[in-house]
Amino acid sequence: MNVIALTVVDLSLAASLLLILAFCSFKLGLGIEKRIVISGVRMSCQLLLVGLVLKVLFSNSSFLLVSLMSLVMLLIAGYEVWSRQTRRIRGGTGYLISTGSMFVSSFSVAFLALTVMVGVDPWYTPQYAIPMLGMLLGNTMNGVALSTDRLTTDMYIKRGMVEQRLLLGQSWQEASGDIRRDCMRVGMIPIINSMAAAGVVSLPGMMTGQILGGSSPMDAVKYQILIIFLIAAGTGFGVITAIWLVSRRLFDDRQRLVLDNLALKSSKNA
Amino acid sequence: MTPALNIESVSYLNNGPYSLSLQPGEICGLSGASGVGKSQLLRAIADVLPHDGDCYLGKIACSAMSPQEWRKEVALVPAESHWWYDSVAPHLGDKAKAKDPYLCHLIERFGFSLDVLQWQISRLSTGERQRLSLIRTLIYSPQVLLLDEPTSGLDSGTAKEVEAEVRECCDTNKTACLWVSHDMEQLARIGSRSLQLRQDSLEELVL
Repeated sequence: MNVIALTVVDLSLAASLLLILAFCSFKLGLGIEKRIVISGVRMSCQLLLVGLVLKVLFSNSSFLLVSLMSLVMLLIAGYEVWSRQTRRIRGGTGYLISTGSMFVSSFSVAFLALTVMVGVDPWYTPQYAIPMLGMLLGNTMNGVALSTDRLTTDMYIKRGMVEQRLLLGQSWQEASGDIRRDCMRVGMIPIINSMAAAGVVSLPGMMTGQILGGSSPMDAVKYQILIIFLIAAGTGFGVITAIWLVSRRLFDDRQRLVLDNLALKSSKNA
Repeated sequence: MTPALNIESVSYLNNGPYSLSLQPGEICGLSGASGVGKSQLLRAIADVLPHDGDCYLGKIACSAMSPQEWRKEVALVPAESHWWYDSVAPHLGDKAKAKDPYLCHLIERFGFSLDVLQWQISRLSTGERQRLSLIRTLIYSPQVLLLDEPTSGLDSGTAKEVEAEVRECCDTNKTACLWVSHDMEQLARIGSRSLQLRQDSLEELVL
């Protein structure tokens, strides 16, 4: 069973919907018509480019090419997480922490799934590795970004309280414990909520894609369950790692709260 | 006699270096123009502000102690107190649960009754917070007390009660105390000597 191929005309028709929306935005004075068009064009270019890259990648499954592609994806995900924070750790460390957490949340989990659960041979077969990694990166990114942004903001706002606890002789772990736990929860709650809605409210995208591609619904569902488990676990581990690494940087070796390590994001991108 | 606290050429931000020693049981006043860095000096001594130079508790250097131990012994009560639980009692930990006699004594001495432990933090006045914050530190009997304008929110009667209690605590436990205040009369009442903080030096004041 093959998918009905989409033609340029089909896509253009869908794109015209977006143009109509842009026109509405103009008429309603929303001021986002430019952004609608630009992000639409940008999305198409990015995806078409990825399509080309994947075509090359799938035709010869070389370990080197797959690693290269994965690395690029990881670096961009790390940048996304880093750039979404209002107050972020100064210098390269902030970016390294974001990327490191994304590595934990996605790479390790994807590797485990490919070798143990899916058991595809070789484990880096790009048809499996790249989409899975992509889905993990894309979905765990939100949790990690949300929790680290909350952590740095909270630590800044509640600095007096944290220092008061340090002054009473508490360790940095105790003094920041409530805040850190809160932030971890904030990062994990969305994925837990989406598990509750899966299938009932929303038909997850991957499953829909597989069904459209001709897989049997049960096969598609099993893959979707696997992916959601991986995303949930990956988000959780990524959030825990990120919170640990960031809060470690906010205290020095004498357990002082050092907010000088935080730089405020310039407001022009806000 | 070994001083209770010895500060050896401590400098921070653009201030210092300052040297100073406090004898056991001594209350030393500290004043200075607004913004000169009095609170920051106390923060540096409590080791929550990065600084150069070292402080000694008796003969032990701050750098040789864990930060938690140091801050328990060299306790800073900041001008603005912070609270993170809903009611007073959890902030006092086991001492509140065990109805520690010294805690009960302090509560009464500072003009509260024992049900203050159940009070909501959000309903405390500035002065109440200030007194409770002092109690929160005093119950652990630190060897050195760093008080940042501890009576700024109190009427003169209550302020004198607080002065007397800190005096008593210093006499019985041999606690050394550095007391920041703008009130020269208060400084003359509580301590044998008083220092004035300048950008680069500490000057002895004649009271």
